[in-house]
Amino acid sequence: MSPLLEAEGLTLRFGALRALDGVSLALWPGEVVAVVGESGSGKSSLLRALSGLARPEAGRVLYRDAAGAACDVHALSEAERRRIARSDWGHVHQNPRDGLRMGVSAGANIGERLMAAGARHYGGIRAAAAEWMARVELDPARIDDLPRHFSGGMQQRLQIARCLVTRPRLVFMDEPTGGLDVSVQARLLDLIRALVEELGLAVLLVTHDIAAARLLAHRIVVMRQGRIVEEGLADRVLDDPQHPYTQLLVASVLAA
Amino acid sequence: MRDPVRSPEGAGAPGAEHRRREPEGRDPHYNFAYLDEATKRMIRRAILKAIAIPGHQIPFGAREMPLPYGWGTGGIQVTASILGPSDVLKVIDQGADDTTNAVSIRRFFARTAGVATTTRTAEATVIQTRHRIPERPLREDQILVFQVPMPEPLFRLEPRLAETRRLHALADYSLAQVKLYEDIAQQGESASSYNHPVLVNGRYLMSPSPIPGFDNPKLDRNPALLLFGAGREKKIYAVPPYTPVKSLDFDDHPFAPMRAPHPCALCGSTTHYLDEIVTDDRGGRMFVCSDTDACAEAAGRAGAAR
Amino acid sequence: MSPVLVVEGLCKGFTLHLQGGVSFPVLRGESLALMPGECVALAGPSGAGKSTLLRCVAGNYGAGAGRILIRHRGAMRDLAAADARLVREIRTETLGHVSQFLRVIPRVPALDIVAAPLLARGAGRAEARARAAALLARLNLPERLHHLPPATFSGGEQQRVNLARGFVAPNAVLLLDEPTASLDAANRAVVAALIREAKAAGTAILGIFHDSELRDRVADRLHAVDPLEPAA
Repeated sequence: MSPLLEAEGLTLRFGALRALDGVSLALWPGEVVAVVGESGSGKSSLLRALSGLARPEAGRVLYRDAAGAACDVHALSEAERRRIARSDWGHVHQNPRDGLRMGVSAGANIGERLMAAGARHYGGIRAAAAEWMARVELDPARIDDLPRHFSGGMQQRLQIARCLVTRPRLVFMDEPTGGLDVSVQARLLDLIRALVEELGLAVLLVTHDIAAARLLAHRIVVMRQGRIVEEGLADRVLDDPQHPYTQLLVASVLAA
Repeated sequence: MRDPVRSPEGAGAPGAEHRRREPEGRDPHYNFAYLDEATKRMIRRAILKAIAIPGHQIPFGAREMPLPYGWGTGGIQVTASILGPSDVLKVIDQGADDTTNAVSIRRFFARTAGVATTTRTAEATVIQTRHRIPERPLREDQILVFQVPMPEPLFRLEPRLAETRRLHALADYSLAQVKLYEDIAQQGESASSYNHPVLVNGRYLMSPSPIPGFDNPKLDRNPALLLFGAGREKKIYAVPPYTPVKSLDFDDHPFAPMRAPHPCALCGSTTHYLDEIVTDDRGGRMFVCSDTDACAEAAGRAGAAR
Repeated sequence: MSPVLVVEGLCKGFTLHLQGGVSFPVLRGESLALMPGECVALAGPSGAGKSTLLRCVAGNYGAGAGRILIRHRGAMRDLAAADARLVREIRTETLGHVSQFLRVIPRVPALDIVAAPLLARGAGRAEARARAAALLARLNLPERLHHLPPATFSGGEQQRVNLARGFVAPNAVLLLDEPTASLDAANRAVVAALIREAKAAGTAILGIFHDSELRDRVADRLHAVDPLEPAA
């Protein structure tokens, strides 16, 4: 078995600020990796560089498709990158407005990726949308409602359904529970955990929520000032942190 | 000189003269067909490019025309650029030859180009149209020029023009399909009774201009050259003769052109596209052909049969 | 017969960077070996590092030095040097761990927590649930609780869920950290029986048993973990 996504020596600067400073990382099929760190640690830049949205100044990102062929994400044409992004990958944004079309119904939001993949049977698309609404614990009777009539947690679940309906192999999640009430967060995290397990998804999760990382991740990567300062098994990083910064992160959470 | 405005009772009277030269002839104060030669060359270049890439919108330097946007400035510039002295021009507005817009444009070219004009589809070599395709099948030696208010089919779905250009480049038209899904979900059927988007030659998504869905099938493999001009948006696009044009739809909700289920009150046609006309303020209404020439022809045939 | 678990020269210390970088060693040169079907009880005073040793073997703590060899898929693999993926694989197939406290996952019912190790090894959902339910019943957890998330359970109920999760699938090596701390006599007897059955099936068990009666009933031998003198 080979890694699904493999990054080597990623470097990205914004002026004098080093957002990424020689970051290397591999993500294996079915593996959930949480990237934790404070704001400005470079974790979002890492996600953007890995998913092809931001081009690093140095380093490369390899993605292996289902057939095992490797491609350099940043050497792809935009058409190829978009094709992979909508067939093999999913993206769950912190703000549902970035991941949903607020002007069209829940069903159309879920169906869009199917249609982009060539689905042209209205009844089939609608059935898939209803099924996925149920899977993310949304009432399928609301299939024709606009997302703006949904609560924040429901919008986030809708975003997940939209993302997973085409059965991606790799999902990028950027603070998926950010901005939600704690009780809503717990439900969403559990839903994500169950779906990820059931579908065997590989997930790259960017979060500053240590509890979310512990619940979802197999492996944790701790970032600070554009570098990975510690990485390893999720429970070991949290229970036996080595780096001073990781100890600080973990201590801050337990104190709360 | 006959009144160019057709009245229903006089329409299609046998022996009526349909082709004529406007009495004043070409006004020598204007360059031929109003536009200067350099502008026409620029527009022809855009047209050639448009023909080379069926359905793709080509930007062009639209000029100020002596009529306001929305009255066909794009169509007029295309017509002006392709018109030659021996052409016979027909202009229709929603199928009718006798509305202000159609009459004005026809007169405009009669005066600035001195070309013959006609109301008969069969006689025309160039037909400028607003929102219809004539009922009579077009021929290879005819050109149909559409007046287009909004050339971008993804307009309203994606507000950023740069992004719509990117979507066209990537042939990523799931958005248009989403819109179609939404129409069916919200209204039971594909709701766009006009301006229903089409895929040209299996590649570019195109707005057919606001023609009724009824006319969409006529776009497919039409023997005539179809040119589209949008003046305000400064875009030209084209469907070359015999190009496949497919209306977007779903397998289980195939595109179905619709027509009012009545015969025409004037000619009795059961196949032409109909306009609904309110005849009084007591709810009286009648359905008549939108294509006045086709209606007159059918009425003439009916009269001859009697 | 060869051992399934070999600990060689295991050292482990902690450096508290938030307390001015103070370091203290806990284990220095621990070595032990377990044969299949053998139960070894860690013995030593509180604070001697028994739990630390257990957690190092579980992979929960990183080893400072030394090797932790475990027979996995027919080969001895060094847990101390294994990457995260290999540790996960070993945990899924070879190494069970019953910690002192159940880590509760919100909204997941007790039955599914217990069935999870079976599912991870490819069992069908129905079969896994049935075996989980049978084991929970054997541990006297009322059936009405099977379908509830254990967050609201008592300490003893949570401990039984935790035990069931550890015993539901056969492991080559099973780590037990005070498995009966909050159980009554009847349930302690069930646990003793489970341990004996696991041993009979060839599972090597390394455990901390404060309950000396249970320890005497199941342990084949003791392994002493002696507290280190604070580094001078």
